Amino acid sequence: MTVSEIFETMDYGTAPEAAAEALAWIVDQGGRFGHFIDGAMTATGEIFESRNPATGEVLAHLTQGTQADVDAAVKAARRAQPKWESAGGHTRAKVLYALARLLQKHSRLFAVLETLDNGKPIRETRDIDVPLAQRHFYYHAGMAQLMQSELPDAAAIGVCGQVIPWNFPLLMLAWKVAPALAIGNTVVLKPAEYTSLTAMLFADICTQAGVPKGVVNIVTGDGAVGEMIVNADVDKVAFTGSTAVGRRIREATAGSGKALTLELGGKSPYIVFDDADLDSAVEGLVDAIWFNQGQVCCAGSRLLVHEPVADLFYAKLRERMDKLRLGSPLDKSIDVGAIVDPKQLDAIRSMVSANTAGDTHVAACTIPPEGCFYPPTLITGLHPADTLMQEEIFGPVLVSTTFRTPAEAVSIANNTRYGLAATVWSENVNLALDIAPKLSAGIVWINGTNMMDAAAGFGGVRESGFGREGGWEGLSAYTKPKAKPKPVKDVAPMEGSGAPEDGIDRTAKLYIGGKQARPDSGYSAPVWGKNGALLGHAPQASRKDVRNAVEAAHAAKGWSKTPGHLRAQILYFIAENLNARAEEFAQRLNHMQGGKSGATEVDAAIQSLFTYAAWADKYDGQIHNVPIRGVALAMKEPVGVIGAMCASTAPLAGLVGVMAPAIAMGNRVILCASEPFPLAATDFSQVLETSDVPAGVVNILTGPHSDTADTLARHMDVDAVWSFSDPAHDKTVESASASNLKRTWVQNGNAVNWNSTDAKPFLAHSTEIKNIWVPYGE
Amino acid sequence: MSVDTLPTTSTNTEHLPQVTEPRNTGMPLDLNWVLSAQANTSAIERRAASLPARRSVKKIYQAAWLLKAVTCIDLTTLSGDDTARRVGRLSAKARQPIAASTLDALGMPPITTGAVCVYHEMIAPAVHALQGSGIPVAAVSTGFPAGLSPLPLRIAEIEQSVAAGAAEIDIVISRRHVLEGNWQALYDEMRAFRAACGDAHVKAILATGELGSLRNVARASLVCMMAGADFIKTSTGKESVNATLPVSLVMIRAIRDYYDRTGYRVGYKPAGGISKAKDAITYLALIKEELGDRWLQPDLFRFGASSLLNDIERQLEHHVSGAYSASYRHPTS
Repeated sequence: MTVSEIFETMDYGTAPEAAAEALAWIVDQGGRFGHFIDGAMTATGEIFESRNPATGEVLAHLTQGTQADVDAAVKAARRAQPKWESAGGHTRAKVLYALARLLQKHSRLFAVLETLDNGKPIRETRDIDVPLAQRHFYYHAGMAQLMQSELPDAAAIGVCGQVIPWNFPLLMLAWKVAPALAIGNTVVLKPAEYTSLTAMLFADICTQAGVPKGVVNIVTGDGAVGEMIVNADVDKVAFTGSTAVGRRIREATAGSGKALTLELGGKSPYIVFDDADLDSAVEGLVDAIWFNQGQVCCAGSRLLVHEPVADLFYAKLRERMDKLRLGSPLDKSIDVGAIVDPKQLDAIRSMVSANTAGDTHVAACTIPPEGCFYPPTLITGLHPADTLMQEEIFGPVLVSTTFRTPAEAVSIANNTRYGLAATVWSENVNLALDIAPKLSAGIVWINGTNMMDAAAGFGGVRESGFGREGGWEGLSAYTKPKAKPKPVKDVAPMEGSGAPEDGIDRTAKLYIGGKQARPDSGYSAPVWGKNGALLGHAPQASRKDVRNAVEAAHAAKGWSKTPGHLRAQILYFIAENLNARAEEFAQRLNHMQGGKSGATEVDAAIQSLFTYAAWADKYDGQIHNVPIRGVALAMKEPVGVIGAMCASTAPLAGLVGVMAPAIAMGNRVILCASEPFPLAATDFSQVLETSDVPAGVVNILTGPHSDTADTLARHMDVDAVWSFSDPAHDKTVESASASNLKRTWVQNGNAVNWNSTDAKPFLAHSTEIKNIWVPYGE
Repeated sequence: MSVDTLPTTSTNTEHLPQVTEPRNTGMPLDLNWVLSAQANTSAIERRAASLPARRSVKKIYQAAWLLKAVTCIDLTTLSGDDTARRVGRLSAKARQPIAASTLDALGMPPITTGAVCVYHEMIAPAVHALQGSGIPVAAVSTGFPAGLSPLPLRIAEIEQSVAAGAAEIDIVISRRHVLEGNWQALYDEMRAFRAACGDAHVKAILATGELGSLRNVARASLVCMMAGADFIKTSTGKESVNATLPVSLVMIRAIRDYYDRTGYRVGYKPAGGISKAKDAITYLALIKEELGDRWLQPDLFRFGASSLLNDIERQLEHHVSGAYSASYRHPTS
């Protein structure tokens, strides 16, 4: 081409970023990498190839980790952890600051290496991935510095096993490593086998930053190595990746006492209302689904368009798609780069080719003859019933349907197993701020998309996983209480054979949907007092009763929308009514358990009702300090329907201590009463009946936890299950929860002192934090 | 050089596309459309901020793009101290904006700027100085820059400028009509200006820095096009904020919508504040991305600029010689 020809065509030409320095770095390392364990690179073992997906050429050879490698890494991390934690926040802050600075100093090397390895455009690695990774280390250097004053009761969990995906290799490493290190944990991290090179470069700068040996360990290899890390002697597992693997990890770690956070898949809705700035909403889709070739867990991949503007919007969108430039990821003028691996390309192809519904528009861009490329694609005219509207494609494929009303938009948006992110476009502040809280998602972006920052938590609800990364909310995933817990006591029910002491037989029932209900099974079991007298019969709840209770809890969904002030009043009223019968309850507790602690326990229950009544209107959200002109509102929302296996001891305080925080935060609960001492709970349902608690908000079941725990934990329409019961149920609860990846909270054999509980963990488990990004400006 | 002496340098305007577009006839004011226009400032700013990082034009492509930018410049002088000889000097620069040696080295035939832009009193000397060059003279009009003189005088000013030989008239809209939401008055005024222009092309200056919001910019753009504007232009260069990328994005998206609905291509002219070669490339990329290649010709795109040319000259010399250039090496206007 000559200047005068280009003067006519006005083509862009090419603007390649040089790869020489990055390739030279690989050569300098010998082109073959071992693992980074205990501060040094190991010798290479059995190797596999790491390829550039844009060209297919081999970039380097990596070592497939073995059990011995994982064991060595965990051992090094374990050895290094106490000293790293005791070194103090300021020492750790200095190291994290050095890491942030080194990421800046070598920013272009990281960016080019990432693009070579992953296939994403250099613009993204240079302008998004690497700066966000730096930001994460800066932010958490600050967290390390502030930890002592701001989180005085928190301690490090210990050794964290972290398994990260290939779509944002360096950024996901930063998201995992920075908070873990800030708090004083040590890590064993496995990068994805397609994209391990920036992790190797990170290992290099760890040495330069003065990270003590053993604090960061990196083991490479495939999913089998990930499995070894999950099963190793680690205290916490953090995983980002597919929902299928996340589910397996949940099952594998069940009952092990390991803390777990999962950041999984998504099929995030992107909602365009008729009053939106349509051109900006179209451009937003470029950042939503054609960012990183659509290989983004929070990609706005499900487009929902308001009917009045649907045709116009689609026309604008198709026109915009045809302007996208696809090609060499190292070209600075490229919008869409290469798919990470031929396997992923095949997966996208087969999903799209299996679809026959709707109208498909493929962007009019040229596909390079070599390398893994897939054109930006739009499929309109789909319906929620179509597979592609439900399944995550993880590629540059956008699917779409239309809606008529805001209510319908919410209903279609929430018609998914996932719940990671959502996007809303509207110029109407009333509409946008009404819709955002109604969406089942951990993140909502208003008039923008894929905005991320270290100061705002990232993470989802439903089968998109649990836990947050970033912000104050992300830290709790890497801390545990400093106080050393006591082991829970094993309690057996009393035995006896006598007759009731009262004159008239009393009938204890289940409490479901605001009504006293007989158990579906038709069975009841005697409850004996300490003295062997028959105190009454407890109904034996079964699967069907659990089902009914969950249905009733869902019917009471209005509770979640009530103001905190109203919930506080009802909690106070429960306390008032319980107090009126304090003596009777104290006696009941003494008869069941023996001893004379009944009055103290009733008092503790009343106190806890007051405590959570107090919190009901004070457990505020935050506004995060993110680098946009706008606000990121960290809203605390109820988790939903919570099933709880109550403690065996403290049959009243243990029941009220679980119920009160849950309903104070707007949840509805199914409480499985103390198994050996169930009658305080059945008496308590009478207190609830007289205290204006709406039907279905609190449901109480009695009977063996071995039946109810499994049914509750397996139930797809339960959002969380807590267990304070026999530790034997922990594994059941955690394992069965994998069905819908509901949140779980088990005590791992530790006792809770129900006479004086710390409210904070209960409040935290009763809420989900949703970050709503609201950019503004006129 | 006296204005009486015609320059002898041969100029060639064949490289300029001949104006083959049907002129925008306008359409009845469609208030539903006008009022439905939205512009989300944050999103528009994000797009404007990311665009320069999304498109990079290097080496001979950059040289070609810069030459294209030169042909789209309305080389402008709008000063109270303008004289006929000063305008003669500007016109000479418009005829040969880039040194012949540089063009030779690039393998390019001679090029000119898109137009010369002056006040009414300077039309005659400009027309004289540009005789035979094919370069049109544009005149700012209608009580430029504030546009607050009596309407009949503003219309008469257009008529006199056209009579004096201006081929393009840059009018200023009454900002108060926008700020008061009186779209009918804006439409009627623009219609009257367009009628007064006759065959001369009319550029509507919105003075976007005084319209208060991007939404107003979008709506005013639509109204002016409906009333028959051939071009819409950002600013007079006299407001405190002139051409910006976000404002440009809003205006060219309005142009795109207007084309999609009516089939008429309306031109775009950012003016004021564009002084660097790199900015010129960014603007051209923005036009290419949002409007398409057809708009990358001087009949549909102009820069209102005076100092931009010198920076482009320096960049082109750098491209040819490999050494960074100095301003004084290039003839002044």
